[in-house]
Amino acid sequence: MWFKSYRMTFSYLNRIKNFRYPWVKLYSTSQTTVDSAEVKTFVALAHKWWDEQGVYGPLHSMNDLRVPFIRDHLLKTIPNHQPGKPLSGMKILDVGCGGGLLTEPLGRLGASVIGIDPVDENIKTAQCHKSFDPVLDKRIEYRVCSLEEIVEETAETFDAVVASEVVEHVIDIETFLQCCCQVLKPGGSLFITTINKTQLSYALGIVFSEQIAGIVPKGTHTWEKFVSPETLESILESNGLSVQTVVGMLYNPFSGYWHWSENTSLNYVAHAVKSRVQEHPMSAEFVLKRETEELQATACTNPAVHEELKK
Amino acid sequence: MAARFVRRWDAVRAAARSGLLVSCRRWSGASTDTVYDVVVSGGGLVGAAMACALGYDIHFHDKKILLLEAGPKKVLEKLSETYSNRVSSISPGSATLLSSFGAWDHICNMRYRAFRRMQVWDACSEALIMFDKDNLDDMGYIVENDVIMHALTKQLEAVSDRVTVLYRSKAIRYTWPCPFPMADCSPWVHITLGDGSTFQTKLLIGADGHNSGVRQAAGIQNVSWNYDQSAVVATLHLSEATENNVAWQRFLPSGPIALLPLSDTLSSLVWSTSHEHAAELVSMDEEQFVDAVNSAFWSDADHTDFIDTAGAMLQYAVGLLKPTKVSARQLPPSVARVDAKSRVLFPLGLGHAAEYVRPRVALIGDAAHRVHPLAGQGVNMGFGDISSLAHHLSTAAFNGKDLGSMSHLTGYETDRQRHNTALLAATDLLKRLYSTSAAPLVLLRTWGLQATNAASPLKWLTPVIPAL
Repeated sequence: MWFKSYRMTFSYLNRIKNFRYPWVKLYSTSQTTVDSAEVKTFVALAHKWWDEQGVYGPLHSMNDLRVPFIRDHLLKTIPNHQPGKPLSGMKILDVGCGGGLLTEPLGRLGASVIGIDPVDENIKTAQCHKSFDPVLDKRIEYRVCSLEEIVEETAETFDAVVASEVVEHVIDIETFLQCCCQVLKPGGSLFITTINKTQLSYALGIVFSEQIAGIVPKGTHTWEKFVSPETLESILESNGLSVQTVVGMLYNPFSGYWHWSENTSLNYVAHAVKSRVQEHPMSAEFVLKRETEELQATACTNPAVHEELKK
Repeated sequence: MAARFVRRWDAVRAAARSGLLVSCRRWSGASTDTVYDVVVSGGGLVGAAMACALGYDIHFHDKKILLLEAGPKKVLEKLSETYSNRVSSISPGSATLLSSFGAWDHICNMRYRAFRRMQVWDACSEALIMFDKDNLDDMGYIVENDVIMHALTKQLEAVSDRVTVLYRSKAIRYTWPCPFPMADCSPWVHITLGDGSTFQTKLLIGADGHNSGVRQAAGIQNVSWNYDQSAVVATLHLSEATENNVAWQRFLPSGPIALLPLSDTLSSLVWSTSHEHAAELVSMDEEQFVDAVNSAFWSDADHTDFIDTAGAMLQYAVGLLKPTKVSARQLPPSVARVDAKSRVLFPLGLGHAAEYVRPRVALIGDAAHRVHPLAGQGVNMGFGDISSLAHHLSTAAFNGKDLGSMSHLTGYETDRQRHNTALLAATDLLKRLYSTSAAPLVLLRTWGLQATNAASPLKWLTPVIPAL
């Protein structure tokens, strides 16, 4: 079991690099030789993440939807929040943070955020970008690693885990979501934004966006790996996470803005909460048994009921 | 393909806006400079009010704001008995903004004058227009600029943990960030003061008047021209005490003359006229000046029989259709004397910045637009800018956004350009229309004014003039 998941971690890492960042294959990631070509590519990449008019523009404008969504759902769990830093005191994990596009707004809202990404260059960009802001520098920490690598040391430490535009790039979604659950505190929130697996998402998300209009770089997505909300929900439920909300999002390529939508057949966001009863998820029977025992115990302590039972 | 085109177009606009044509020096100063979230350059009425609005905003509790003012701190220990000659007409919308951060209460405790009616009439005809609100509510308030400034200073002192104010500090150089984020290039705006100290900021707000240094440094085009007019201001004593809650404005061929109430016995004068006449008015002796003012309001020398007859005809027609709506021309109170040394003149012009925002820069107040005082709108447009910008920044802060990001700054620009351009154009048109005594234009404006006055839902016009 252990050996199998270890192997899967490696394949997951390799596949992530290939599917999400096709240009990574073009140069060596060795850290012993630094040549000017590599530096040039690094500079070009850095500019791409934080250029709001560049290739990552749609991700920048998606913040207008996903940040308020995350903020508002987390605020429901905080009784008195401080004005100016409403998420102060929360620990958040941003899985697949890329250049830190979502990590920084969460940090500005007061949360302590750890951003992880398996690609070294992304973390370097993110690190560099946040270093200019002294407030963010203290609140955000970046690490080059995969989620599986930190599951052990960070079990049950996060109030929220955010996996935005990640699950459609993962090989083994069950393991990934299981790890997300393991690092969450009981009662913690998981936020996922991803793309639905429908004919419409093939037509618009792959054919139109990648091949025709060039909104998304070619080869970024593979339709087979898209996840429908129903599949996602069933995997989450089997891991002890209960889905609270699923809302669709629609991108308007002409205005460059995202909009909320009733229709989840393209992009959608899901919010799930880890149950507070922290037992092995397959022991539903066990839980039921315990509850019935508890009921009987309380019934016995009540003299009136005891009388009834006797009769 | 459409998206690619849209992105390229956006990139071109963004590149142009981010001033690739303007030299972009790499900052070589210390990276240990304080990084402020917002720096407001210019501590006048609009700059100080902007700093207040942000300082009291609930989503800015965690942020650091700096206000730079080139002049000294103005301390008003006791309200002087003589009124200042620089006053502003504050609309109800501006009063709401000022009360949102507690400055209006201070003004109420000092002094202000509410006016309930406004009479605007022509020197070349009998045509006039009367503005008032339902139930004679306050249409606006005349407040001395010093009083407003003092109220704002007091409120700034109360939030000194969030807002730092530096007096006698003039920015001499602004250095813009590189258009695209780069490894060793700071993304913030760098400001150097006269004494050599430097700061960095995520958003620079230019509130430094119509010769804005921020606007010039950013390379933003400014459409401007000078009117051949100067405005003379003075504090006048009325012949007898009256209720004095009406604002009077008469359009003379040389320019409009306005009397704004300050108290039962005092009014403030704003007389826009040619440069030569203005210089004469300021230098003539007090008795002659008082005579000139009274005659400007009372004399019918510019009337012609033709216009009078034409005007009377329309008035008769209006009287048939709407017998209840009869507006008789009222005359303003006569002036007895002028406060010594209160006569001052300043030149007038129009100005409008082609862009209000650039990445990490926003312009508000006179830095963005300069208008003729005939409609009493200058500072109110500035306060309107503050309302809009503070609203956009507050939402951005609550969404964890980078405050200097163009995505919300363009929202502010669109809001305000729509409103300000219309008002600027209308004011300029009125100024030109009333600067002549040529019969056809006089007839046009006489009939126009009478018709507008007769049209009872005049309330649609009242928002344009004093209120916001």
